[in-house]
Amino acid sequence: MLEVKNVFKSYKKPDFFTMKRNMVLHDVSFSMDENECLGIIGESGSGKSTLSRLILGIEAPDRGEVLINRKSVKNRRERKGIVSAVFQDYTSSINPSATVHDTILESMQISKTKFNRQEAIELLNKVGLSEDYLYRHPHELSGGEVQRVCIARAIASKPMLIVLDEAISSLDASIQVTILDLLKNLKKEYNLSYLFITHDIQAAAYICDKLIIFKDGKIVEKIKTEDIKNVKEDYSKQLFNAVLAV
Amino acid sequence: MNLLKRLSKERLAIIPLFIIVMVVIIGVFGQNIAPNDPNKVNMALKYASASQIFPLGNDYLGRCILSRMIYAIKPSLIYVILTMIATVGIGCIVGVIAGYFQNTLDEILMRICDILLSFPSEAMVLASAGIFGIGLKTMLMTIIFLRWPWYAKIIRTAVLKYRNKNYVYYMKAIGHTDLRIIFTQIIPSIIPDIAVIATNNINSLILMMSGFSFLGLGIQAPSAEWGMMLSEAKKVVLTHPEQLIAPSSAIVLICVCFAFLGDALRDAADVRRNVDDF
Repeated sequence: MLEVKNVFKSYKKPDFFTMKRNMVLHDVSFSMDENECLGIIGESGSGKSTLSRLILGIEAPDRGEVLINRKSVKNRRERKGIVSAVFQDYTSSINPSATVHDTILESMQISKTKFNRQEAIELLNKVGLSEDYLYRHPHELSGGEVQRVCIARAIASKPMLIVLDEAISSLDASIQVTILDLLKNLKKEYNLSYLFITHDIQAAAYICDKLIIFKDGKIVEKIKTEDIKNVKEDYSKQLFNAVLAV
Repeated sequence: MNLLKRLSKERLAIIPLFIIVMVVIIGVFGQNIAPNDPNKVNMALKYASASQIFPLGNDYLGRCILSRMIYAIKPSLIYVILTMIATVGIGCIVGVIAGYFQNTLDEILMRICDILLSFPSEAMVLASAGIFGIGLKTMLMTIIFLRWPWYAKIIRTAVLKYRNKNYVYYMKAIGHTDLRIIFTQIIPSIIPDIAVIATNNINSLILMMSGFSFLGLGIQAPSAEWGMMLSEAKKVVLTHPEQLIAPSSAIVLICVCFAFLGDALRDAADVRRNVDDF
């Protein structure tokens, strides 16, 4: 369903007098199937979020291509309603002047022209929020509640793939588990595929079927989650040992 | 709509808004409301005091001051508001295009703005009055021409603040068009900023218009305008100071109303301050 083919991405250095560019992604290729949860694990600055922006079509790669259902994500019309996202920074994920109702409806409108309030309430219930939240603004919600609204919004457009870019990283540990369980349940219910981008190996191991270990914009290793203890590359071993030590 | 709803709950906004709306209504229906012909000269009533027929007295040509005040609302206030709407409108279109798309067009538009902003506005009004002739139309067009770049720059900066927010990224990711993103996410986010700046700047525009009319560059006699009425009254400031009261009070009242309205808009635009709404 998702194919990332030989993707390169660089950014111009902020220095006015140089033409050099910072290479962020080097020849990244991988694919994922429908109803799969693929985890991308890497340390901060390894290029995970850049990769998510390329997959979401927010930015274009320098070289290579990203395909969803064999269609390039470059064309916004072609990826309409197919892909959705939940971001790390929930404080800027919802327009502060919009209510929960407006936020969910804006997302619903991508997949159909007619929608109703009842559907928005049902979606809120699915993510564990009551009808009372419908006309609240984001600043009246806790971090966990905002992230639940973001998840409700993400599924409102009826996507095939949801990119979860550090979606639980800024939440408390107790809420993280609740949100992961919620994501697992929704995946089953809506036959969703997740691209779970995180630096949290435990969370990735909890929810993902396969993992990709990322370092300096390159793929170090691709493994199935059940083989997590049998990683081959030194960096992967180092990463997993660090988690086990904690 | 939410902003208007919140504004209606701001006590500070109700009275100034009511006064401004009333003055605008009086201005629109001025011909039916004014008690006398504003241009009818009657030298026998030169500097006459207030009476039942002439409630605010008469000017140096014996014309009814109240009628002239009412007729002056159009050039002094209504045309100023329309000028502000046109200026903000052009500034908004240019600022949103430049700020949202951030491409070569942005560079071109901003350099055009820089060039236009480098002209001193008062000098340009004088120059255009010299080229196109003295008159209200010339003055208003020149003000629009000179002021839109200022709004375009402010609005572009506001758009830059919002264009990289996750909610805009989200809309792009799920496939909404740029036009839809601009109308549903960007413009609602910048409207409070624009409303506050516009209401605060309308005062300077009213004073600017009055100032140019005072200098004889705006509306021409015998038409009435508050600034021009002040200009006429200044000649007799020592002998008939009461002639200054009506036009100066009107200018001060409207400016104070817009100042309060601007403050109220700022408060109404702050969603966090309006938590009780829900």
